[in-house]
Amino acid sequence: MTDEIKSAERLVVDRQTKPHLPTYLKLRNDPGRGRWVLLAPERVLTPDQTAVAVLKLCDGQRTVEEIAETLAEEYSAPVETITTDVLDLLQGLADKGYIKG
Amino acid sequence: MDNGKGHFETLIVDDEPTEGVVGSASSTEALCALAPIGMLTELTHRCPLQCSYCSNPLELERVNKELSTEMWCSVMSQAGEMGILQVHLSGGEPTARKDLEEIVSAASKAGLYSNLITAAVTLNRARLEDLAKRGLDHVQISFQDVDAENAERIGAYPGATQKKLDVAKWVTELGLPLTINAPIHRQNIHNVGRYIDLAVKLGAQRLEIAHVQYYGWAFLNRAALIPTYDETLASIELVERERERLKGVLTIDMVVPDYYAKRPKPCMGGWGKGFMNITPAGKVLPCHAAETIPGLEFDNVQERKLLDIWLNGKAFNAFRGTDWMKEPCRSCAFKDIDFGGCRCQAMAITADPRNTDPACALSPYHGEMVALARAEAARPAPAFIYRNPRNAAQATKPAEREPALAGS
Repeated sequence: MTDEIKSAERLVVDRQTKPHLPTYLKLRNDPGRGRWVLLAPERVLTPDQTAVAVLKLCDGQRTVEEIAETLAEEYSAPVETITTDVLDLLQGLADKGYIKG
Repeated sequence: MDNGKGHFETLIVDDEPTEGVVGSASSTEALCALAPIGMLTELTHRCPLQCSYCSNPLELERVNKELSTEMWCSVMSQAGEMGILQVHLSGGEPTARKDLEEIVSAASKAGLYSNLITAAVTLNRARLEDLAKRGLDHVQISFQDVDAENAERIGAYPGATQKKLDVAKWVTELGLPLTINAPIHRQNIHNVGRYIDLAVKLGAQRLEIAHVQYYGWAFLNRAALIPTYDETLASIELVERERERLKGVLTIDMVVPDYYAKRPKPCMGGWGKGFMNITPAGKVLPCHAAETIPGLEFDNVQERKLLDIWLNGKAFNAFRGTDWMKEPCRSCAFKDIDFGGCRCQAMAITADPRNTDPACALSPYHGEMVALARAEAARPAPAFIYRNPRNAAQATKPAEREPALAGS
């Protein structure tokens, strides 16, 4: 039953990755508690403001580089710092299966 | 838990009564202040399988006592309004309800993240497709073993394995996330590694290595199910190694058997703290074994609003917080971490739900419980008492089958 194992691979996020949320993940505003939640199979993630800002830009069109540039402009922050932060954040999510690229 | 460099807190909203809602104390607190975040709905106790490890109560609810379609739909909309985020549609076998489609639509309309927990043997592709269209978010399929013959002996359902494999394939084809549930006990614990291979092969996102917890039918069948200490430890070590290897490919959640533990599990993430359970007849329970505790009064969704039951129901307030605790819990440094463990297990083993869960090494009953587990695991497994209406009638006849331990 287990002879041919599918070769699923870990996604390594880099600057050219075009990240998107898999369809089964739901980023939802939770008005009763005044926060955003990310709903996943048997998990509820509570992203902070930065993470929400990043996730909203993960549309499968923009690259990590473009996402970082957009945020750097919006928050007037150095793009290198933001890029590192975004890569870290997305890799953490990818390792949980919550980001595809 | 490690959660993406401080930008996330992750809470686990598992359907296993042992886990409930777990996460960091502060975020659980904040999320559950107004309402639980998870709800387990046991839509029916009917089930085509007869697994002896089932955690349903021995007294199975009759079909004519089951809630109506309208009532379940109302439960879903009330749940959404009060802020519940995830609903587990379970049973018995939830697909035994002909109106599952309408219930799923109601859950979706209420904004709930819905999880279908199914044995999958009676599900066809058209129905699954319809459920997906109506907004079903996630499917969990149980496999009784990876070896078909043994699996079908455990579930007492010939041909089950092929049907489950078919449904698993449809789930991923439809783009739904798939969890494989592996209920682990002495009769399949040698296959934990192969379960992991199976989950990867089927394209599952998640695998639950769910060591059986001894409630309901599983308690009755404990001697036929409990693995040895060494087998248990080996399975845990294997899972930990595989988790590292499969990072980003497969999430493996593990529910460990607490008979061999030193510290109790934070059962339900704390009583009345983040989780509620609704029986087929509409009784609202703080955990799904709560009916084994004598003297608790349970409200019914047919008589009272869900939010009112959560906030003010007697059963929910019986063991909420830490005021109800006796020693050694009361003065324990871990009381806000594990909440004294499981009330139902304290009841089952020590005959007092206020006692420390005997899974805790500080419980005076702990030594006896471990000895009992080791002795049962060392003897040959007795025959299963299958979960079916005939055995239910037999098992619920008066006269307690197992005397409580005396303590030391």
